[in-house]
Amino acid sequence: MTYDEPLISLQQVGKTYDNGHVAIEGFDLNVRSGETLTLLGPSGCGKSTVLRLIAGLASPTSGRIVWSSPERRKNLGVVFQEPTLMPWASVFDNVYLPLRLAGASRDSAGPQVRQALRQVGLSDFADALPRELSGGMKMRCAIARALATVPNVILMDEPFAALDEVTRFRLNDELLELQLELKATIVFVTHSVFESAYLSSRIVVMSRRKGEKIDEIAIDPGLQRTADFRHTPTFADICRRASLALREATDQQIGYAEI
Amino acid sequence: MTASKWREALIPLFVFLLTLAAWEAIVRIKSIPPYILPAPSAIAAKLMEDRSVLLPSLAVTLGVTLEALVAATIGAVALALLLSQSKWLERALMPFAIVLQVTPIIAIAPLLLIYLTPQTAVLVCAFLVAFFPILSNTALGLASVDHGLQDVFDLYHATGWQKLIYLRLPSALPQFLAGVRTGGGLALIGAIVAELAAGASGQGSGLAFRIVEAGFRLDVPRMFAALALISLSGIAIYGALAWLSHLLLRNWHESARDRSI
Repeated sequence: MTYDEPLISLQQVGKTYDNGHVAIEGFDLNVRSGETLTLLGPSGCGKSTVLRLIAGLASPTSGRIVWSSPERRKNLGVVFQEPTLMPWASVFDNVYLPLRLAGASRDSAGPQVRQALRQVGLSDFADALPRELSGGMKMRCAIARALATVPNVILMDEPFAALDEVTRFRLNDELLELQLELKATIVFVTHSVFESAYLSSRIVVMSRRKGEKIDEIAIDPGLQRTADFRHTPTFADICRRASLALREATDQQIGYAEI
Repeated sequence: MTASKWREALIPLFVFLLTLAAWEAIVRIKSIPPYILPAPSAIAAKLMEDRSVLLPSLAVTLGVTLEALVAATIGAVALALLLSQSKWLERALMPFAIVLQVTPIIAIAPLLLIYLTPQTAVLVCAFLVAFFPILSNTALGLASVDHGLQDVFDLYHATGWQKLIYLRLPSALPQFLAGVRTGGGLALIGAIVAELAAGASGQGSGLAFRIVEAGFRLDVPRMFAALALISLSGIAIYGALAWLSHLLLRNWHESARDRSI
């Protein structure tokens, strides 16, 4: 696997909201094809804004975002912090939504929807309503919806933040298995050091100072990511380095507030 | 039905029957004449005796109420959709809807009776009072779509039509149904008020007209009998709409979920 080709390039990107709040300023980032890039940072550092800008859900007020191929931009999957499922629709219909909006009939989309449900282990719950699912299953359903279009790029905005630790660990493992199967490019936003160390091929630690990066940690893509990986010295090293960088970013945040 | 549910359903019925029994007892013990206060048994007897007059009147009032409710529902949903398309339209048209809502229908009814036939005036009155709650509730529902879901639809480049069908209408359904529940009861009140106004001028054939007519003849038991029919109609309309709402929402909306589960 090569990570050389920049698939998405953020060049001096800035976003100021209508109320004058500067979310991000002069931010540079290259996302390479096939990598799992984690944006790690304290609350309010603009990491979710970066994801929204890449997804096209917001437009940058300065700078630009360049995609190596416009075709890939069209086929995005996004998983939000909340599962954001339609409460009135079954699991099947929620996963079918992206295909339905693209004009696919229920019958023609059926195999793709079932494939996505199988990938997240929800095959037996196709007819269930969201309220009948646990928090982890709801998030799996949201992931299946993102996978329904077989996307090249998947953007994930703290998808497991609201889940208990056991569920989060399990979903982390499932995400790694999925990545082996899909070979998609994943941009993952989190404030969890352990999650970033476990999932990523590269971690970018963002600062509260707009646009500044505290650290960039490249992780050997050849590492075996199994549950045992969490107990290796390499994992501990990555966590230590990411922790220190995050602490620096958080200290800056305190300093920022005191001024 | 569980034992606790039976208890829940039986307690109000028991209290109601107790009240009727007390009423009956007071009328009999104090020998109150029926032209002052008829006993419940006398009202029931009157209801049976005059059914050939009262039931057709009930059909007239209910017919107008349902026609008005259907028209108000269609009109209010159409206007709510229109208002949700543009803030300017909302600003331009909402004040008119509010003026119609806050002006007492009893003050509008005599005017309508001058311009329209009594049947149409009654229909318009019932329409006017039912219209606003459905409009305001539906407009609120259409404006309260979950932002996360909006992002999902934007992400997949949903057209305006797709957003309306798959997102905004289902999202607005609970508020819309709450509006129809309120509107159903109000449509009956609107119809009765307009019938009273029409009845006072000697026109009309609805239940309220029978009350006015019986009042002129001091036939108090018949007034009570007509009143009982109006109350029962109101309860039936509310009950039917609440059941419809429960049927449509029970699977997914918090308001319709059984809390004992």
